[in-house]
Amino acid sequence: MPIDKSMNVLIVDDYKTMLRIIRNLLKQIDFNNVEEASDGAEALSKLRTSNFGLVISDWNMAPMTGLQLLQEVRADARLKATPFIMITAESKVENVVAAKQAGVSNYIVKPFNAETLRGKIEKVLGHA
Amino acid sequence: MPDIAIAARPANTALAEQLAVITERWPAAQPAMVAEVVQSVLATMRGDLTSVEAALLHEVAELGRTITTARAEIAALQVDDITASHIPSATDELDAIVGHTAAATESILEVCEMLDGMAATLDAAGAQALQDATTRIYEACSFQDITGQRITKVVATLKAIDSKVGHIIATFERKGAGATPPRPPPADISLLNGPQLPASAMDQHDIDKLLASFD
Repeated sequence: MPIDKSMNVLIVDDYKTMLRIIRNLLKQIDFNNVEEASDGAEALSKLRTSNFGLVISDWNMAPMTGLQLLQEVRADARLKATPFIMITAESKVENVVAAKQAGVSNYIVKPFNAETLRGKIEKVLGHA
Repeated sequence: MPDIAIAARPANTALAEQLAVITERWPAAQPAMVAEVVQSVLATMRGDLTSVEAALLHEVAELGRTITTARAEIAALQVDDITASHIPSATDELDAIVGHTAAATESILEVCEMLDGMAATLDAAGAQALQDATTRIYEACSFQDITGQRITKVVATLKAIDSKVGHIIATFERKGAGATPPRPPPADISLLNGPQLPASAMDQHDIDKLLASFD
């Protein structure tokens, strides 16, 4: 099934430069409808007031972390099926296990390359 | 009470010997005067002291002297400078590094976006080559996030040292704590460790294998 690249994508990170990098990398693979949030709370607010086909989130943010955002998304009847990719520098086994248990769709460790991002998006949306 | 008499006899003998020594060294000293002084000293000790209590008093006095010495040594070290100047200065410098690298990265990204915009003016091969180049620049620019997180960890460590030193100073100066309570940590605080050192970090391949093991 072809991927609908016109979908709204929400990217979440507390580093503006990282938001800009991900936005540009998404643009290069033709995802142009990208919305940004700087932490989990802002992201959750946007998710609850708009429609997004994919969430790409950092983990280590305040006041709401990426894991807490993921848990909120999975606990929300309307949002729970939304594909959710974690992009984070947290690379310990317990992090990956916790994210998986919380229902993450895929997990990318920073620093990452464009090919990894493209591959994970295709995998996640292909299964969506 | 014969038992008490037997027990008291050696003490009385010792007291008599002590009085004899005093009389020999200070002929003018009368036993009555000595007794009066002893009574006066004893009167300052409220209640009867057991040997254990006396030892405890001695330990407390030693502790007091140790604290006084420690206070003097801390004052000599001018530890106030650590919390008032050194650590704030170090954290400011590190914050400035994060700020400068963020500004530089923003500039690089801005130029990169301009280059991406020029792709439309090139033929297909040229546009692809340009995009490949800008992609590599975007990827490389993620260094700012990683270095920023590492520096943030160092700043947090410095602030923890600052807090501990401040607490020690406050304790020795007998000042009240009075510090603002910190914001409660997130529930997943134990999982927030930031970037791992390359030697101990899992790479994307390791993570992919771990994720696949759940399927």
